[in-house]
Amino acid sequence: MSDIATPGTTADEHGHDSGDLELPNGRPAPAPLPHEPRRADVDPKAARRAERQVSTMFLLASLLVIAFIVAYIAIDKNVVIALPVIGTMSASNLALGLTFGLAVFLIGAGAIHWAKKLMPDVEVVQERHVLESSPADREEAISVFDAGAQESGFGSRKIIRRTLITALALFPLPLVIILRDLWVTPTDSPSPNELLSETIWTKGERIVTDGSYRPIRPEDIPVGGLVNVVPASLEKVEEVEGTLNARAKAASILVRMTPAEIRSQQGGSAEEPWDVHGILAFSKICTHVGCPISLYQQRTHQLLCPCHQSTFDLADSAKVVFGPAARRMPQLPITVDAEGYLVARSDFQEHVGPSFWEQGSS
Amino acid sequence: MSAVVKAGGAVAEYTDERLGIAPFMKRSLNKVFPDHWSFMLGEIALYSFIILLLSGTYLTLWFKPSMTEIVYNGSYVPLDGVKMSEAYASTLNISFDVRGGLLMRQIHHWAALFFLVAMTVHMLRVFFTGAFRKPRELNWVMGAGLLTLGILEGFAGYSLPDDLLSGTGLRIAEGIVLAIPIIGTWASFLLFNGEFPGLDFIPRLYTVHVLLIPGIILALVTVHLMLVWHQKHTQYPGPGRTEKNVVGFPLLPVYMAKAGGFFFIVFGVTALMSAIITINPIWAFGPYTPDQVSAGSQPDWYMGWLDGAVRITPNWEWNIGAYSISWNIFLPAVVLAGAVFTVMGAYPFIERWATGDNREHHILDRPRNAPTRTALGAMAIAFYGMLWISGGNDIIATTFDLSINTITYVLRIAIFVVPPIIFIITKRICLSLQRRDHDKLLHGIESGNILRTPEGEFIEIHLPLGDKEKAKILGKVDHTPIALESDVDENGVANPKGRTARLRAKFSHWFYGDNVYLPTAAEIEAAEAHAAHEYHEQHSVIDDFRGLEVTSEPVLHSPAIGGHEPNAHEH
Repeated sequence: MSDIATPGTTADEHGHDSGDLELPNGRPAPAPLPHEPRRADVDPKAARRAERQVSTMFLLASLLVIAFIVAYIAIDKNVVIALPVIGTMSASNLALGLTFGLAVFLIGAGAIHWAKKLMPDVEVVQERHVLESSPADREEAISVFDAGAQESGFGSRKIIRRTLITALALFPLPLVIILRDLWVTPTDSPSPNELLSETIWTKGERIVTDGSYRPIRPEDIPVGGLVNVVPASLEKVEEVEGTLNARAKAASILVRMTPAEIRSQQGGSAEEPWDVHGILAFSKICTHVGCPISLYQQRTHQLLCPCHQSTFDLADSAKVVFGPAARRMPQLPITVDAEGYLVARSDFQEHVGPSFWEQGSS
Repeated sequence: MSAVVKAGGAVAEYTDERLGIAPFMKRSLNKVFPDHWSFMLGEIALYSFIILLLSGTYLTLWFKPSMTEIVYNGSYVPLDGVKMSEAYASTLNISFDVRGGLLMRQIHHWAALFFLVAMTVHMLRVFFTGAFRKPRELNWVMGAGLLTLGILEGFAGYSLPDDLLSGTGLRIAEGIVLAIPIIGTWASFLLFNGEFPGLDFIPRLYTVHVLLIPGIILALVTVHLMLVWHQKHTQYPGPGRTEKNVVGFPLLPVYMAKAGGFFFIVFGVTALMSAIITINPIWAFGPYTPDQVSAGSQPDWYMGWLDGAVRITPNWEWNIGAYSISWNIFLPAVVLAGAVFTVMGAYPFIERWATGDNREHHILDRPRNAPTRTALGAMAIAFYGMLWISGGNDIIATTFDLSINTITYVLRIAIFVVPPIIFIITKRICLSLQRRDHDKLLHGIESGNILRTPEGEFIEIHLPLGDKEKAKILGKVDHTPIALESDVDENGVANPKGRTARLRAKFSHWFYGDNVYLPTAAEIEAAEAHAAHEYHEQHSVIDDFRGLEVTSEPVLHSPAIGGHEPNAHEH
């Protein structure tokens, strides 16, 4: 333990004279500065004052813990108070946090104050050991390893070595294979690609408002309006499946513009138009990475995704006019049923949501 | 006091009889750690991690990692009767029905933010001071791994409550997975047990968040600290500091009190912030549903740069036959992120190769003394900053009433233009600071005091450099770039290593070529002798004039000169 200087002594007393030490640039290392005593080192009064300060902090910490317990019992969890700057806040959270936080803080502050004012502040010099081992040690380690390797026969018994390496290379395979059923695939389940390419919209499916599931007549939507819609069967599907999967693909919007404003649509003919008197239906799920879109600018007919700002022109086949999305928003062909309610003519003709590898194959 | 020592002795004896740890204790308790404020950054990261483990354990007692839909009937009236997942409902319960639950949640979230900030800034400190150089490259790699894991862990953590904001984040993550060529679709189906969102992702993420990643982080942190312990801490250049020693305070008592106390300070500050500043108010966002989103959605700060990259990448998508490659997502979210972390982890090896510097380094570089590295770091920060700004392009647009399109177009260019400019500026600043250090050694510090000599000449008084400052400057190591080897040897035979060697020499020249060499010892000595002489002369002038002060006639142009004791700064 010769490389350790006793704490509280200066370097010079231990013979680490800077004169014989060199910096890597070949210059003599600058000498350590002489230690300057603190007030508490020379003035017993100052030392006693520091002692009082430290113990006061520790004492306050204890009192605050008691205050925490009182606050925990006394303050109702539903009480909310309004504070300047901070705003409204749960009174319980405020009281518990302040008492606990301050108690903990004071323990830390006390300890550091103690270290700074009363514990020795003389810098100590310690030598670094060479990290590299000595050549002799290294050689010995290598020879021990060599001897062991020799004795094992790992080098000479080729058949053992090769079979072992093969076995070791193969043994993780089961661990990977088991992961296949991370997707517990139902029998006859369509492929991921097919699943991503279809929604629960079908021919004649009523278009209902999201939330209240109310069917919609064309006259319910004013020109310039936007309605969030879902298929009427969604409520039941969600009850049966217990998931939000169907919603994540079927969510759509209806917008209405004057037929003259519509420059192009993704499909439809004069006999079977995809719109109903200027009412157009589009998927609500962004083709970029799947955020639901509903920032609609009436005047320009542009739909803006709040996540990455892809912008689509709904009056022009919902094509991308700005942003990172590569595909237009799929249009849902719609018409009215015998009772005059809006219904889908079919499912989407392009797949909704983010792009994926096999998207062109369905 | 004596009772404490006695009890301590008894414990030590009991332990040593069984474990024989006296030599280890002796060495460890005496171990010296250098003191500098910037060495606290790693400590903050460590302490935040401990706070995360503690507060996280509390949260597991009440949190239910389940996506099953239930109807909420708790204390938070605005959501009473609303359908939501159990995960979200239990997070509401923690926030409103468990006393101290909101405090623990907020401590956990604040500590996570501190953890990532502290790791990032700690890494910047290590980078800019060259602390990653031999022999500490392995610790740098581990640090890069810890930062990567920390970011993933943070993202996993804030995704668990299943609120509208974090659910949107998961939806984006799923979109990114889908964009991975060939395997993306299947990877997404495996992760989510079928289609998004399914019922299994949050329980799976929960295990990853509370066991897998923290377990790896804990193991890495342990090894990281063991290496710091074994290799001993680096130190800044200064009086008495060499490559072969450590100057600082021993573990017992000073460092233990300071570091231990500092843990309580970090914990205390985290708790106080959690008492007064609401973080991640999931009750205000509402439960997740895939068909709703709020405008101005922002991820936590450490994910912002990736989101920014996704925002500004143009809409490139290739369709080859039946298959598609979504470069618009794959490039920024997977390729860029992978490249950033790879370059980060590999940096020490790149620099070592480029500079051919194979020495051990225990004295830190002042950033100015490694101008190219410092400029590279500043460039990286600028790059990150541009992406981060891109992540808030909508907020900038609405706050400053600017066009989102213009901001995005500008950022697409700025990401390539701004970082190189920052590189050049930073390098110039570093070299100027080196020149200034050079001047200080030879001419001392400009005092700002102008003296008029009896002959009417105006001169500025230079003061000698303080010992501490001088030691700092003299700690610099002047590197000489690797000499450019000739393509052919003296016999005209092509040098087999010619190409690599030349490339390396060019790299080395780029790295060190502009170095401003420190003056030689002889030059400094001569300059100091000259300065002492000049100083003496100037002060004799002052002394001559001082006689006149008695007559109250204002002869000195700077009153400060009169205040100096003529001999105070002389060697």
